Amino acid sequence: MSSRREVTALAGLVVVLAAVFLASLILGSTSVPPRHVLDALSGVTEDTDPATIVVRTIRLPRALTAMLAGAALGIAGLQMQTLFRNPLADPFVLGISAGASLGVALVVLGSGFGATAGFVGALGVRGDAAITAAAIAGALAVLGLVVVISARIGNPATVLILGLMFGYAVSALVTVLVASSQPERLQQWAQWGFGSFSGVTWQRLRLFAPLTIVGLLMAALTTTQLNALLLGDNYARSMGLAVRPARLMTMAGASLLGAVVTAFCGPIAFLGIAVPHMCRALTGASDHRVLVPAVVLMGGIAALAAQMLALLPGPTGVLPLNAVMALLGAPVVVIVLLRTRRGIVTA
Amino acid sequence: MTPSPPPEHCAAPALQTRNLAVGYRTRRARSAVLERMNLTARAGELVCLLGANGSGKSTLLKTLVRLQPALEGRIELAGAALTTLTHMELARRVGVLLTERVLIDSLPAVRVVELGRYAHSGWWGRMTGADRQAVQWAIESVGATQFANRDFSRLSDGERQRVMIARALAQEPSLLVLDEPSAFLDVTARAEVWALLRHLATERHLAIVVSTHDLELALRMASVVWVIMPDRNIAVGTPEDIVAAGVVDAAFATRDIRFHAVEPTFRFTSMGGERERTGQP
Repeated sequence: MSSRREVTALAGLVVVLAAVFLASLILGSTSVPPRHVLDALSGVTEDTDPATIVVRTIRLPRALTAMLAGAALGIAGLQMQTLFRNPLADPFVLGISAGASLGVALVVLGSGFGATAGFVGALGVRGDAAITAAAIAGALAVLGLVVVISARIGNPATVLILGLMFGYAVSALVTVLVASSQPERLQQWAQWGFGSFSGVTWQRLRLFAPLTIVGLLMAALTTTQLNALLLGDNYARSMGLAVRPARLMTMAGASLLGAVVTAFCGPIAFLGIAVPHMCRALTGASDHRVLVPAVVLMGGIAALAAQMLALLPGPTGVLPLNAVMALLGAPVVVIVLLRTRRGIVTA
Repeated sequence: MTPSPPPEHCAAPALQTRNLAVGYRTRRARSAVLERMNLTARAGELVCLLGANGSGKSTLLKTLVRLQPALEGRIELAGAALTTLTHMELARRVGVLLTERVLIDSLPAVRVVELGRYAHSGWWGRMTGADRQAVQWAIESVGATQFANRDFSRLSDGERQRVMIARALAQEPSLLVLDEPSAFLDVTARAEVWALLRHLATERHLAIVVSTHDLELALRMASVVWVIMPDRNIAVGTPEDIVAAGVVDAAFATRDIRFHAVEPTFRFTSMGGERERTGQP
């Protein structure tokens, strides 16, 4: 089924992911020696040991969050690129993240929580669930609109630009909402918009992890359908695929993934576009049976790497995650555009 | 491994339409492009659908394979009403080649052919020995063995078309429906595609319906011709009958071009005498 190159690439990604994961536990404002990290993970060290606390309660959940979020956004990007047959589609570009943000903002503002609390994460577990549900609803609403529009307008470039405009408009709407109702929280809102993997504690991971894993499984279970869709809807139908259910399921999965990550980590750009292309370049495959596992691994690697780069300034502060994502992701997108023989303008 | 249709399929023709109307339905109106069609294609027949641009060839073919709904009438595949078949059943009976260009960045040709096994291998897409055999057979049938492992996007137009036909064959259909398979191909590839279709009809006993602008090749290769006339009726017959009856001339002739029943090729009637036209219409 798989070529040697594909197998090698996947094996390589597993090794790199393991290395980056460990590195993200070792490096940080204070670096913890590798030995100590392993001891802390296996429970050899005392619970009161400061380094152990840092690794267990801060770095480990953060690394797991980054890994899951990276995988989730990468898979959502892959699904949307196949669905729209558009190399530049991803949850952020098509306004899914913005739709999710709107849902988040409505819940957070509606809750009337005090200005001292962080923008998200101050509402407890039930608040998390409400925020996540609102994010999914917002994401689905925007995606539904994009789908309706793209069905009328065949041109993928137009759909992309409409999605972008949609995203801008919805984000602006949210900013206006925040500024007019609770101006003291504008700063927090802007901060949230930078994206971060640090806000997800163990407790929040209990909701975040299962939801992302469900979304990832949905993708893993539909690789054959996604492959059939590579040829376009008409061909897929002529080969026996029930196209509408397959599309709906894929859209639901992509919305879930995009929305959950947005709810917990903020709207994170570029990961969704860039990771699938990095995987296509690495494995030389368009086959989703290869791409889905590759994107999960590569997404984890990219998110962990970006997370570590964001911490580079040291104890003085962190870089906004989205700034790092843009610096890493924009070149990838440019390369994709330049290499795409047909351009995105032709259908 | 030739797909041998079960005995009960032999009685009814592979494809039959009864009082079929095709066209488009908008919210308010119904605009039929072609109406009252009673067409038949049998196993072993290569049926060519001819007609000017915009005459409704693609609309008819898409309706025949259920990519768009019929406005009226009935379509039967080996006696079974088209509307009663599931997606999977339909895909196991009909292989389709469309005019839309397929853009895949990196997928070996053999993987494209394997996509045709979806209706057999199902949700998980696990390929059994029978699936692999069918893929192998399909690739050999179209003569794509030499480039089966090459990247689909790097194949020539003709090779790509053959791979797409192999993909349709991998579905093990009893009916192939192809919409202008030889458009965009150079002369050699064009002739090869036609020879392949002829071969598949006579040797594999497939019923093949193919629309084309290759008038001259079609008249040479087809067992039956369906010609969409300017009045939107469809003339049906063997190529000889159709030409002899002056149908082709009636359907395609303009002030400057007439169809020669004897030769059978086009000749320009003006523009400096009798210059034979051998290229494309």
